[in-house]
Amino acid sequence: MDLDLIQQAIPLLLKGLTTTLAIGLVAIVVGFPLGLGFALARLSSNRTLAGIALLYSMVFRGTPLLVQIFIIYFGLGQVQFLRDQTALWWFFSDGFNCATLAITLNTAAYTSEILRGGLMGISAGEIEAARACGMSDWLCFRRIRFPLAFRLALPAYANEITVIVKESSLASTVTVLEITGLAKRLMSETFAVVEVFTLAGLLYLIVNFALLLVMRSWLEPRLSMHRNVARPSSWLRLRRRRA
Amino acid sequence: MDIALSRLLWEDGWGLSILRGSAVTLAVGVLGMSFGLLLGLLLAAVKWARVPVVSQIVDVYTVIVRSVPGLLVVYLIFFGSVEFIAKVGTFFGYTDAFQSAYSFIVGVLSVGAIAAAYAAEVFRGALNAIHPGQIEAARAVGMQTRKLYTRIIGPQMFRYALPGISNVWQSTIKDTSLVSVTGLAELIRVAYIGAGTTRQPLIFFVIAAVVFFVITLFSQVAFGLVERNLNRGVRVV
Repeated sequence: MDLDLIQQAIPLLLKGLTTTLAIGLVAIVVGFPLGLGFALARLSSNRTLAGIALLYSMVFRGTPLLVQIFIIYFGLGQVQFLRDQTALWWFFSDGFNCATLAITLNTAAYTSEILRGGLMGISAGEIEAARACGMSDWLCFRRIRFPLAFRLALPAYANEITVIVKESSLASTVTVLEITGLAKRLMSETFAVVEVFTLAGLLYLIVNFALLLVMRSWLEPRLSMHRNVARPSSWLRLRRRRA
Repeated sequence: MDIALSRLLWEDGWGLSILRGSAVTLAVGVLGMSFGLLLGLLLAAVKWARVPVVSQIVDVYTVIVRSVPGLLVVYLIFFGSVEFIAKVGTFFGYTDAFQSAYSFIVGVLSVGAIAAAYAAEVFRGALNAIHPGQIEAARAVGMQTRKLYTRIIGPQMFRYALPGISNVWQSTIKDTSLVSVTGLAELIRVAYIGAGTTRQPLIFFVIAAVVFFVITLFSQVAFGLVERNLNRGVRVV
């Protein structure tokens, strides 16, 4: 491997990392509440609401993210209404906004399925007990249903977060220069295919490992503290106990 | 609108192109999935058997492929080998035919390599789900190793693995969209070209989305039927 090339590539790819993380952060911060809303709609007794949520989840999980990005970036530009509204047109004419929007809507669909599983996994007794204590629906949701469902759904949601980081690479197809986009540009300048893409892959690997480590060894034990009699002080000890 | 659409699809011939693109997408998906299942089964067997060094290499492979974006895998395989293949093609004297066949092969290989990593995890989980007592019982009645695999381990493993395999297929058929970056004329690429030529991106990409939606919906139903068939001997509690 060429040392000069690596010296040139690393700062460039790290610059792309900030864009990747920005897309991921928006997708998580906006996509999570949106997914929660769709999960609750799916479970509500209102047939129309549940049907809409089911359709949303089926459409966004049944089509590739690439098509969703293309529809929003290329397709919506054809809608005259959007072109007339200055603010909307400003938003939709930028690749970063469009890709982030598509990834957010996409992850909301997957998140809704994950959270629905969590909400359905709560035992009926817990909710009955909350009702018996005279909790209102909102209080029951805030104190009982959501915390329990979130804890149940956390391992799957941790996976979804790494999926978001990976999917953000598709933003490079609509001119966004995040890790993959910059890697491809660098590749076409230097022709060092294997080196550049390996470095980029390594960067994704490190980010995803760090995210999983935080979720598994910090957040998960913290949320189920009552289950661990002795608190694990390190990731390794936690793993050994599980195995 | 309706007249414009039908003119676009039939008189201008885009309908046929989209149909052909859909066929290429399905072919890449099915071939990639077959390759992925075979490789995944092999990798899972190696993991399950705990072969010293080899199992660790397989672990590294599945972890890397599953935590790196699919697009990067496609880029690496395509651009990593395209120069070499172009040389071979020019040497034999048919560049064009070689290149379009080549992007198809790259598509199948990269989609299959991704599917294999996920399928390996699914099969490993299914193998671990088989109760050890079953294998002990088979040995106790004097079953030979080959029969043990074809009668006890194999059928049970496929039953446990099916829901996971269904998920892998769904993501594999969607991953074929990534191959469009290599210029292979699959569904997305055809829609992209159509969108550029006719300046009607909305219609073309929505059609592509609908085709994908139909494929995933249909396969969901099909997998449901197979699952019911495989589980017909299992008591429902």
